[in-house]
Amino acid sequence: MRIFDPHIHMTSRTTDDYEAMYAAGVRALVEPAFWLGQPRTSIGSFCDYFDGLLGWERFRAAQFGIRHHCTIALNPKEANDPRCVEVLDILPRYLAKDGVVAVGEVGFDSMTAEEEKAFTQQLDLAGEHDLPVLVHTPHRDKAAGTRRTLELVRSSGLSPERVLVDHLNELTVEAVAESGCWMGFSIYPDTKMDEHRMVAILSEYGLDRMIVNSAADWGRSDPLKTAKTARAMLDSGFTDDDVDRVLWRNPVAFYEQSGRLLLDDIDAEPAATFEGNSVLRGQRPTGQE
Amino acid sequence: MSALVDHFTPHLDADARSRLDELVHELADDPSRISVLFPAVARRVARGPSDADDADGIRHPRLEDEARVALLATLADAWRDRPEQFDRELAELYRYGDADEKRAVLRALSAIDPDQGRASLPLVDDALRTNDVRLVAAALGTYGARHLSAEAWRQGVLKCLFVGVPLAAVANLDERADAVLARMVADYCRERTAAGRSVPTDASRVLERVPWSPDDRPEQERSRS
Repeated sequence: MRIFDPHIHMTSRTTDDYEAMYAAGVRALVEPAFWLGQPRTSIGSFCDYFDGLLGWERFRAAQFGIRHHCTIALNPKEANDPRCVEVLDILPRYLAKDGVVAVGEVGFDSMTAEEEKAFTQQLDLAGEHDLPVLVHTPHRDKAAGTRRTLELVRSSGLSPERVLVDHLNELTVEAVAESGCWMGFSIYPDTKMDEHRMVAILSEYGLDRMIVNSAADWGRSDPLKTAKTARAMLDSGFTDDDVDRVLWRNPVAFYEQSGRLLLDDIDAEPAATFEGNSVLRGQRPTGQE
Repeated sequence: MSALVDHFTPHLDADARSRLDELVHELADDPSRISVLFPAVARRVARGPSDADDADGIRHPRLEDEARVALLATLADAWRDRPEQFDRELAELYRYGDADEKRAVLRALSAIDPDQGRASLPLVDDALRTNDVRLVAAALGTYGARHLSAEAWRQGVLKCLFVGVPLAAVANLDERADAVLARMVADYCRERTAAGRSVPTDASRVLERVPWSPDDRPEQERSRS
């Protein structure tokens, strides 16, 4: 089984997770830029974070045989802080880079005017940089947030197949299905969706434009929820090909629209170093010892 | 313009050149586009080593380095009446660059204009603070050789031995190597030997060419004592 996790925050995860993910079949992933739990207070924090997503984290993933890509954006929570909004001026430099496969996560948190302004601006940036968009739907007032999201996407001029609307559930899936956007589901241990409800949605709505992710981060979450959903699909009668479609071909098809996915096989080299620092602490490989 | 591009891209094939030409024209129309064209070069023009024995581009520019240097040469030409603006943009490209982009900026400093000033020296200093062999090597090109202080340049060369950058990557090594550097290299070799570790073979490139003694100290140390 091969798995592409289209939404996971590896910066918050351990090397044990990388090993377990590889063993479960994860060979590629996308790490969306989001907030860090602790609010940022300056643009510099964003830039260092973006540099980490494009640099150290990509290198770390490669050492475990996993291809790492990222999405870059000002997230909706921090779009409300005037100290953070200026990062929008820096985004074009990052959106031009290899390994950036979408603008995201953008969208709504508390449905404020500031969030809507940043969201709209970043939909425009996606058009300018020819990138797809990953949209976060809010935890609170989700149905209204999803409806407003779809209105903004429609008026942005972006075609719906360039947009993935994430964190959906039974109450929001239908509107997104009708819109033509891709449908993302985050499978969590005890909130949002679980793998059995996910299988029920797949049975009802079919596999077209359906995307499943673990969205694992620094909160209570499980980086193997993609593999567990695959198992639940097989247990309820879906075929191996169905699983491959939902957990590999669909997310690849969505992010491939960026033209920047790198999915050739990785030969994990545990002795490699990034900017001179290895994940093998203190045992610096020089090739001369 | 084509002659300028050709000069900096000896290893690009005709297809890659024509893709680079598109970027050069885009840049000529609007020089501020450098901020988004420069990062996209590997994807849009070419990617890979120019020498199969030098995959990381330590001794020789990689294909994307050549194309990026050509773009910066184009920018320098477009802004030839505004050198401060060019220096400022170089600093921004370096700050927001990933390691590949930073390396290309450092290579451009050495490649474009041997007479340019010291305004970009902070970029070289930054690169020498990393342990990234790709950046350390590029920092010790002709620009670094020309502008780094004796102390900073010697520390850079010593770091090369330390992190495994071949001294063949250091520009003007024979001209700048002095007795103080040789003494530092000798001390480093003694330390390695005392710890039962191997001595980098490149150390002899300095030790065998420069007369030195254990008393050779940097200038500021001598003035303190």
